[in-house]
Amino acid sequence: MSKIHVTTNINGDAVEYLCEPQETLLDVLRNQLNMTGAKEGCGSGDCGACSVTLDGRLVCSCLVLAAEAEGKQVSTIEGMADGEELHPLQKKILEHAALQCGVCIPGILVAAKALLEKHPDPTETEVRYWLAGNLCRCTGYDKIIAAVMDAAAEMRGA
Amino acid sequence: MRYVAAETVEQAVALLAGETGDARVLAGGTDLLVQIRMDLIEPDLLVDIKRIDGMFDITPENGGYRIGAAVSGAMLGEHAGVCALWPGVVEGFELIGSTQVQGRATMAGNLCNASPAGDAVPALVAANATVRIAGPDGTRDCAVADIPVAPGKTSLGKGEFITSVYLPARSDSAADAYLRFIPRTEMDIAVASAAVSLEMEGDICRAARVVLGAVGPTILIADQAAKTLVGTTMDDAALDALATACSDLASPIDDKRGTVEFRKDVVGVLAKRAAKIAQTRAGGKS
Repeated sequence: MSKIHVTTNINGDAVEYLCEPQETLLDVLRNQLNMTGAKEGCGSGDCGACSVTLDGRLVCSCLVLAAEAEGKQVSTIEGMADGEELHPLQKKILEHAALQCGVCIPGILVAAKALLEKHPDPTETEVRYWLAGNLCRCTGYDKIIAAVMDAAAEMRGA
Repeated sequence: MRYVAAETVEQAVALLAGETGDARVLAGGTDLLVQIRMDLIEPDLLVDIKRIDGMFDITPENGGYRIGAAVSGAMLGEHAGVCALWPGVVEGFELIGSTQVQGRATMAGNLCNASPAGDAVPALVAANATVRIAGPDGTRDCAVADIPVAPGKTSLGKGEFITSVYLPARSDSAADAYLRFIPRTEMDIAVASAAVSLEMEGDICRAARVVLGAVGPTILIADQAAKTLVGTTMDDAALDALATACSDLASPIDDKRGTVEFRKDVVGVLAKRAAKIAQTRAGGKS
């Protein structure tokens, strides 16, 4: 079976790859493109550790075929910081000590960024519902929610 | 397994109809790709329909809306017109999965997955929604209610797929609502659910349609229950009769998520509460 040739855009850069029909976008990001920020937690769309945006929509990259990225704009955690300058959400996660093992954090950052682009001034309840598909087994969520609320306030002020 | 992104409806139909093995339609993929990865199915061909014109369109039509088969929950929830006309349909669809799942999941996919617990389905049936189906013999329209025939089985024939969902027009004094019971607040599958669509005239309910989910092998249309509301002011007696009729109709299974007795009881409570929400929404519109 011949591989599928895909031309896409990841974090603003034109990217081409060859993939098998059953390979997911997450497989290609991690195994071919060496973008290992997105994690495979469950592989069934339940944990959110593989979150990326596809044409601006938050999705689980484990539930997107690599072939489906043809002609799309993909954004991953690797595109979040501006060079050495961390995104406000990344800074606030560190400031609030909102991570322990860190496996869920790339997905949470991508998801939270998508939230703040749509709703710059969310309530705590809105943040909790938006991030309900991002599981964290370490923190108990409170510090993550506080960090997102704090980053939202700072970004509104900036 | 092969993957083809069809460019036209005709190409998709030809691919689906011509495949001798197992061919599947890929729209949002939030059920299909999970089933493939869990080795529950082993398709020979995936036909991606998202490059076909119109699959992401939401178009006003005869006072209602035609919704392309690939429109996601996130897209539908951002459409002010559909949210105002059929709030119960939107709230049912939006209950499915996480934000990430909502970014991809589709109503047609939820319908074709044919789970009796699919949250998008009861409110679509209560709305008398139809789907447009493309197939080897051309295009046909079919009531949403006639698509699921058993758990995991639909009435779609070989080579057929849904291209759009149509939500009809309704009067300004009509509204709908959907409620489900789950043991937590988010990210779960309905243990029991109820959709109610009402048309009011002043304080009197003129027409009602009640549909139950997750309490039978497919969704259940509760026509006897709906009749208990028609001609009433939806007072406590009418609502109690509604709940009883829904509980009587339900024929759920016993499993770890809920007993038969619990599901029968709670589906009546949900119908009653959904009816009150729909009543309030209908009144608030005029």
